[in-house]
Amino acid sequence: MNSLDKRINEFFIMIAGLWQFQIQYFKELFIPPYEIEQIRKHMDELGIKTLPIVSVTGFIIGLVITMQMHPVMVRFGAEAFLPGSVGISIVRELGPVITALIFAGRVSSGIGAELGSMRVTEQIDAMEVSGVNPFKYLVVTRVFACTFILPILTIYVIFIAFIGSYIAVVLVQNMTYAYYIDSVIYSVEFGDAIPGILKTFVFGFIVGIVGTYKGYTATNGTEGVGKAATTAVVVSSLMILIFDMVLVKITLWLWPTI
Amino acid sequence: MKNVVEILNLSKAFNSHVVLDNVSLKVEEGENMVVFGQSGTGKSVLLKCIVRLLEPDSGDVFIDGIDVIKLNMKELNKVRKNLGFLFQGAALYDSMTVRENLEFPLIRHFDFTTEERETKIKSVLEKVSLEEAIDKMPSELSGGMKKRIGLARSIISEPKLMLYDEPTTGLDPITAKEISSLILELQKLLKMTSIVVTHDLLCAEIIADRAIVLNEGVVMYRGSINDLTSSSDSFLRNFFSHDIIQENNRRN
Repeated sequence: MNSLDKRINEFFIMIAGLWQFQIQYFKELFIPPYEIEQIRKHMDELGIKTLPIVSVTGFIIGLVITMQMHPVMVRFGAEAFLPGSVGISIVRELGPVITALIFAGRVSSGIGAELGSMRVTEQIDAMEVSGVNPFKYLVVTRVFACTFILPILTIYVIFIAFIGSYIAVVLVQNMTYAYYIDSVIYSVEFGDAIPGILKTFVFGFIVGIVGTYKGYTATNGTEGVGKAATTAVVVSSLMILIFDMVLVKITLWLWPTI
Repeated sequence: MKNVVEILNLSKAFNSHVVLDNVSLKVEEGENMVVFGQSGTGKSVLLKCIVRLLEPDSGDVFIDGIDVIKLNMKELNKVRKNLGFLFQGAALYDSMTVRENLEFPLIRHFDFTTEERETKIKSVLEKVSLEEAIDKMPSELSGGMKKRIGLARSIISEPKLMLYDEPTTGLDPITAKEISSLILELQKLLKMTSIVVTHDLLCAEIIADRAIVLNEGVVMYRGSINDLTSSSDSFLRNFFSHDIIQENNRRN
């Protein structure tokens, strides 16, 4: 088997593995014990771990996108629409996708490395042989935490991006805070905010399921752990972008904005 | 005497490589059985098939008369609660302290109060002489200490059957002897039945009531350690010669 064939083969094995893994996740999710304490712990850790980097990124995205759009809006004589158009792009697309990609980079690799290390040092086997379901304890809790923490982080990032955007607006044109807020609220509709937030549940699930799958199925010692961490980021980031494409179409159909 | 473990015609292959080929053996209640064999002859695979960490291709494994191969996961976990497994690298949960490692099976399988749990943890740490390690992380422990804590975690739920995968590998001779003596002491104290996979002849001499030698997936010899080490069979003489033991220890 040549290198390309091997890679294609590995790709399809991974897709099949991920499919089975997520089916097992939904099966185990509703069976007690629910490990609430572990879920809370992971939500805390994942949120706190990602908070600094998403804060900085959110602020800069808001600031930069406003500064970039300002001359374009001036060219079309539409400066008054600057807060609204920036608001819509942040709420609909930039906030959710950028937060998800950063979350994938930070969290998916961490989960991949942590579970991979547990796998190669037989800690997962030790858990299993002690009569505890390691899938439930290690996988279900992390995937659930990722699914529900990412939307919260996204809402936070959107607000931070608005702060960055407002500072940029003040720098490039004279606008009061009240006018800025009014303008954003007037332009951003329910149909913009809800799909943007809802799709982050899917992105969070992707980050969790890919990270845990890569770690849980790691082989070949420390080399396997490194591979699990890096491929977890690559696969989850790609899947986020692919699913974004699909979800945009679905949300436009469900919440038409015109 | 009652058989705690009975293995019948157990076979396991990885792709075309046959690791276990129709292996059968019995371990009686309270007995310490040592499994010898060169690297790659399926000793660890045998242990993992007994607890179904690996699914055998064919054969049956009876623990206390129950065929574990035919059990569903829920029933299997009930059986697993009554056995202990010491892994080669101790397999301590490295994100948890020693206390949390020891608490882990207790919280999930028993209804002890916090005080009762604490008493059990302290008592088991006393048995392995590591009371001071209670709040340490596994990364702060030496290899020998990790093995002791691993042993403490395995026996905290007072199992009837203990499985040891290379309990003395990677330890210096003095610590290896201490661990072997500790295993024997705990076995007598808790009246456990044990299966020990090892290359360490000294460990086997301390622990074993009976031993088997696996070669190319089949049980080649059975008997007491004295019978095996004093055998005139060329394979056994080769196997138990000092150089081979050293070589096996180095490889593992």
